[in-house]
Amino acid sequence: MTTHQPGAATHDPSALELDRRAYRRGRERRSVLVAIASTLAFAVLVWATVINTPGWASVQQFFFDPEIALQALPKVWDGFLINLQVLAFSVVTVAAFALLIAVLRTLRGPVFFPLRVLAAAYTDLFRGLPFIIVLYLFGFGVPTITGVRISPVLLGVLCVTLTYSAYVAEVIRAGIEAVHPSQRLAARALGLGYVQTLRRVVLPQALRKMTPPLMNDFISMQKDVGLISILGAIDAIAGARSVASLTYNFTPYVVAGILFVLLAIPTIRLTDWYTAKLREREQAGAIL
Amino acid sequence: MTALLRATGIRKSFGDKEVLRGVDVSLAQHEVVALIGASGSGKSTLLRCLNLLEPIDDGQIFLGDEDISDPRVNANRVRARFGIVFQSYNLFPHLSVLDNVTLASRVVLRTPRRAAEERALELLDRIGLADKAKEHPDHLSGGQQQRAAIVRAIATDPEVILLDEITSALDPELVGEVLELVRRLSEDGATIMMATHEMAFARDVAHRVLFLDAGRIIEEGPPAEVFGAPREARTREFLARFTA
Repeated sequence: MTTHQPGAATHDPSALELDRRAYRRGRERRSVLVAIASTLAFAVLVWATVINTPGWASVQQFFFDPEIALQALPKVWDGFLINLQVLAFSVVTVAAFALLIAVLRTLRGPVFFPLRVLAAAYTDLFRGLPFIIVLYLFGFGVPTITGVRISPVLLGVLCVTLTYSAYVAEVIRAGIEAVHPSQRLAARALGLGYVQTLRRVVLPQALRKMTPPLMNDFISMQKDVGLISILGAIDAIAGARSVASLTYNFTPYVVAGILFVLLAIPTIRLTDWYTAKLREREQAGAIL
Repeated sequence: MTALLRATGIRKSFGDKEVLRGVDVSLAQHEVVALIGASGSGKSTLLRCLNLLEPIDDGQIFLGDEDISDPRVNANRVRARFGIVFQSYNLFPHLSVLDNVTLASRVVLRTPRRAAEERALELLDRIGLADKAKEHPDHLSGGQQQRAAIVRAIATDPEVILLDEITSALDPELVGEVLELVRRLSEDGATIMMATHEMAFARDVAHRVLFLDAGRIIEEGPPAEVFGAPREARTREFLARFTA
């Protein structure tokens, strides 16, 4: 529950109200102090437990060796840029391809039956198929049968697009269908055509509903681009692996892991913030 | 008559908008008070402030002798002493009618399920909804849902019942059955404050009428006076639109 914010009153509050506000402020101050104290106590407890755990020394040695971390960082960082490249391309291709599939799935009319079935089959198949199998089948399969050398970055984009378009298409479709049919009717009643209705009325409203789940898929995508190391791309994880095998130490993986987490945090926070904002807007009318 | 519920100098703003600008109301035991006024005049906000659903910015509210606007009181305990019915029913869609009615008894008052259900069925039977007890709200008509919502509000024997434009969302032919239930509640001696646009009903059932305009009560009195010979120009103007 949010704390009580007195409105911008144009009158002078009574002594009683001032007294109540002082009391509430006192309670808030106390809450903050209690939160600080409990956080400190908890942190000390965790810290004491960790450093006194038998084996902490070897965990530190194999996972958190600062020297090896420094040694690994340039390689991991260079690889990480490749991951970002794949991610950037994939966002565009996934958005386009997923929108196409979603629209195909929502087309009405008997003529479009085969397209609807095809789109449905596609989303079923690629949502069910483990990403690693897609990587093996397409990442290794396509160059083998075509006999053409394709850059692992491009193959990575292909595989990520194939898999994530299926998820994103379903999110888009659910968003489109969540827009109340009366909105569609109102648009058609004004004489807008199918595509115009979709573009001017349905999609803008659907987008609002879709954003939180889409951001969720984006977060998973940020991590899954790490799997392209399987295709031989020298990405962050491959870079980490090379240093790890030289030093017989896991610290490089920790470094790569931290980079991926740092990449995800802004998106995660943005999602939280946006979801909260949406909720506020939806509920704003409900209390008056 | 001493007041069961008494509020003085209630002020409430939402952002820059001052919705209540110093409202005094009182409600005696067994009294039925009708709150009339245009949309946006602050009727709903006043009701929500009275049972602490909205924190007030100034003023004081007494229930019995207790100052319930004191931040030290337990607001949940206070709200349990009120029953409120909303314009849009707000029944819980995932629960059967019976579970809707018994929820507060079971969870807040910790009445055993069997006793709570017996009492709920008795109440539902009296308003002719006993056969709908096992249904979910979406299988009921608007009037039935609103009657079920009223039963939910009174199932815990609240000291004060607040009705917030309970017929405004109903089809005209369903309004009658809901108002009939309110009339029976008042005949049974319930203490009621209702915001309403049903002027004929207010005139008929209320003991006292308050006219709320732009966050202030500008006229109050027995229905015969307020409806028959309103003193304020604003009141006459408002009522003229209903009789036109």
